[in-house]
Amino acid sequence: MAVLVTSPSPSLPPPANSVGVVGWLRQNLFSSALNSIFTLAGLYLLYSLIPPAINWALFQADWVGTTKEACTSDGACWVFVGVRIKQFLFGFYPASEYWRVVTAFSLIGVLVAWLLIDRTPKKGLVGGFTILCYPIIAYYLFYGGAFGLPVVETYKWGGLMLTLILATTGMFFSFPIGIILALGRRSSMPIAKSISVVFIEFWRGVPLITVLFMSSVMLPMFIPENMQIDKLLRAMIGIIFFQSAYMAEVVRGGLQAIPRGQLEAAEALGLSYWKSMVFIILPQALKLVIPGIVNTFIALFKDTTLVLIIGLFDLLAVVQAAFADPKWLGFSVEGYVFVASVYWVSCFSMSRYSQHLEKKLHTGHAR
Amino acid sequence: MSKSSQKQFWNNAQYRALFFQILLVAMLVGFFWFIGRNTLANLENRGISTGFGFLSLKAGFGILQSLIPFDESYSFGRTFWVGLLNTLLVSGLGIIFATIIGFTAGVARLSNNWLISKLAGVYVEMFRNIPLLLQIFFWYFAVLRTLPAPKQSWVAGDVAFLNIRGLYLPQPLFGDNFCFVGWALALAIVVTLLIRRWAKKRQDDTGKQFKMFRVGFVLIVGLPLLVFFAIGAPLTWDIPKLQGFNFRGGMTIIPELTALLVALSVYTGTFIAEVVRSGILSVNSGQTEAASALGLHKAKVLKLIVIPQAMRVIIPQLTSQYLNLVKNSSLATAIGYPDLVAVFAGTTLNQTGQAIEIIAMTMSVYLVISLTISGIMNWYNKKIMLVER
Repeated sequence: MAVLVTSPSPSLPPPANSVGVVGWLRQNLFSSALNSIFTLAGLYLLYSLIPPAINWALFQADWVGTTKEACTSDGACWVFVGVRIKQFLFGFYPASEYWRVVTAFSLIGVLVAWLLIDRTPKKGLVGGFTILCYPIIAYYLFYGGAFGLPVVETYKWGGLMLTLILATTGMFFSFPIGIILALGRRSSMPIAKSISVVFIEFWRGVPLITVLFMSSVMLPMFIPENMQIDKLLRAMIGIIFFQSAYMAEVVRGGLQAIPRGQLEAAEALGLSYWKSMVFIILPQALKLVIPGIVNTFIALFKDTTLVLIIGLFDLLAVVQAAFADPKWLGFSVEGYVFVASVYWVSCFSMSRYSQHLEKKLHTGHAR
Repeated sequence: MSKSSQKQFWNNAQYRALFFQILLVAMLVGFFWFIGRNTLANLENRGISTGFGFLSLKAGFGILQSLIPFDESYSFGRTFWVGLLNTLLVSGLGIIFATIIGFTAGVARLSNNWLISKLAGVYVEMFRNIPLLLQIFFWYFAVLRTLPAPKQSWVAGDVAFLNIRGLYLPQPLFGDNFCFVGWALALAIVVTLLIRRWAKKRQDDTGKQFKMFRVGFVLIVGLPLLVFFAIGAPLTWDIPKLQGFNFRGGMTIIPELTALLVALSVYTGTFIAEVVRSGILSVNSGQTEAASALGLHKAKVLKLIVIPQAMRVIIPQLTSQYLNLVKNSSLATAIGYPDLVAVFAGTTLNQTGQAIEIIAMTMSVYLVISLTISGIMNWYNKKIMLVER
């Protein structure tokens, strides 16, 4: 008896251990004996670190209270951070003037968000306002001395506020200087080129601490004796020089990525050097290096902690000083975790944003 | 453009460049003249004498850790060398540990084991985004400062002790003839290199392979060991002992060094991990596939195909991370590890007041290190650059 099969038999399902959860586990966690050992070791590591850490930070922690006595359990004592949070944010800035700091930071927050979000109108106007008017507004808000705002001396500035001021001013001024230096380094004029190279390599070759030492010890000697430079301003000058050298290298990377044809075309159209730079080369080059600029900003933001060494009270320094309070001895871990999380959240979100930009801006210019 | 305006000399690009550069030089000279005059006036008013004469004066202060003999009776010039050696010590050790951590994490991040790659990712993202100074403070003040007092030390096998004053380890005391072991090691290395050259040449000519690793291992480990026992094992250990309130003898690793070293290696390790990952990813997957198609097994593919090509991307970035580590080691001053900045630009500067000379000397040390290494890097880059059509 002949059996005639007219249709192909249905294909068998894949083996049960290569699909679904089991399949995923086999493929990604237990693909070989060695991998299984690694997986188990990793699981053990997680098991021994995560539950105690969560218990310490959340479940066994003390959250409310005003004194050390409120911390009775084994876990973290967040009361310490809560009691001093104003000092951590504003340093010794007078409490009645906090609104000025909040206003200034909210304003820049809105302006930056306006510039970064795609769909907002009138970017040119807002950008011009941010670059030209905002610094003046911010100066009078922070320092005062006009419009009926009392003066707040810079030695009272501190905490997160000082950290942000240092990072943003450093960025704001180092950006144009960096562009000039980068153009100088690629210039055909030998003297301009060598001055740029020496400047960039000098500041990139020394650690920021020596720069800060230099600005706090040597700078007062460089100026006429009857002139005084504020301690904060001295640190800012050091940071700006240091940062412009790094910025210059980032911008130079962008300039190098622009094909020569762009400059040649601009020259063929009869544009002068500055016109071809401002209208043709820089817009393309800067767009390419936005992620690099964000990365240098992250580095600068982390580096501002170093001003602690020359006696300025940034976020880390204020928290470090709080550990010495005899009423609150022994809470250094809580303080460090607080500072670390502030920095971590800021830096991590900025680096994610820069990765996002990198993808968005990838229009095929880079060689 | 009319003809007359073209003839105007200020429209000539060459003249304009010349004029601009003369202006630049004049401004620079003016600037330096200004600060130079102010500095001289200020120095005179404050009664500070310039010059490097202070380097030969007696220092009169002690230093926590010194690799060369040092006490209060040595000169300020000596403090420079003590600080420099301490900087080099912490940088050298930091580079070794950061490289190990970084390569492990970088390779782990590319592992096909999901959990391991995620763990490596968490390590990188976590420590990269926290300021280094904060990490140094954490290890120093929150971890090492809470260790027990010497009497309650943590003990490992009665020879190593860990307490708030530091880590106490047995110190090797080399006998008279120990130098022969060193010579044996040097000889073994030279012989290994020679055999390797011969083996490579033979492989190029005939295709015959040579078990280089085993031979090299036996030579480099075995020969010094053989010599060591042949001359009667001239090595004894000085074991630290608790006397009164502190340990005597042995080798002490001060907590400042440990904190700085841990923080520097963990922090720089994250950047190295990213460098290694990007280097390995930069090797086209076609290369690996082609190598497998030729019948090379997994380890050979890595050794002969992936690593040599990845290194071309890794080495320049790796060097710049090493440079960062050296520069970041200056954060030592924040916890009092006696490095160049803490000792020389800190204590010595405060004692002598010779700000200009001291800051200039400190900066030049870092500049010399940076420029030398980047010089070597540029030469290396040119050497390994792909020769393209």
